[in-house]
Amino acid sequence: MAARLQTEPFDLASDLRDFGAGAGAIVTFTGIVRDDTGQMQALEIEHYPGMTERALTDFGDQAARRFDLTDWLIVHRHGRLAVGEPIMAVATAARHRKAAFEAAEYLMDWLKSRAPFWKREIGPHGTGQWVEAKDSDEDALTRWSAAPPAR
Amino acid sequence: MMKLDVLYFAWLRERIGKPRERVDTQATTVGDLVAELAALDDWHAAAFADMGAVRCAVDQQLADLDAPIAGAREVAFFPPMTGG
Repeated sequence: MAARLQTEPFDLASDLRDFGAGAGAIVTFTGIVRDDTGQMQALEIEHYPGMTERALTDFGDQAARRFDLTDWLIVHRHGRLAVGEPIMAVATAARHRKAAFEAAEYLMDWLKSRAPFWKREIGPHGTGQWVEAKDSDEDALTRWSAAPPAR
Repeated sequence: MMKLDVLYFAWLRERIGKPRERVDTQATTVGDLVAELAALDDWHAAAFADMGAVRCAVDQQLADLDAPIAGAREVAFFPPMTGG
């Protein structure tokens, strides 16, 4: 059970070597830097040192309680990333697959809208454009009804 | 008067021109603090012009505008988060 924040790339296979011992199901999700415009040079991710680590750990602990996870892992990068590089990953381990799948989605929904990260797309001339939050990401949180209040 | 560290992230940091500042404040809520900060200069005013686009944390916990800040060490302002 761990949340990790780092600038360097990660190797999920080695992270999962000792993950979820005794579980009946492990689900992993990896997010990749995507270029929707065909013009993107890089993605920069800013975070809030201290708060970000705490938020990731809180989300993991909440997921573990809610879905009775036997293990969980969140890895999230910050700094400058190239198109095609992995940004982040979550892994969830449970006795059965339904809980593992749901917990992975739960973690992703929380990460998208409540983890203190801000993405900026760096264009062809080195100019940056902050990525705007999507209403659909905010809406996704409402299905997990026990959501604590936050604007 | 209370001393408080105020932190800015993403475009709020850029608009204000610094990542953090130490302020003397008489504010009792986040909303009061925003009013004080917005009155400092044009850059602060621009950053806080649309509070619908600004989120806040008090001592690293997400908070609403009516949240109290008595005894807080740091208050942060930032746009809606875009992680994952």
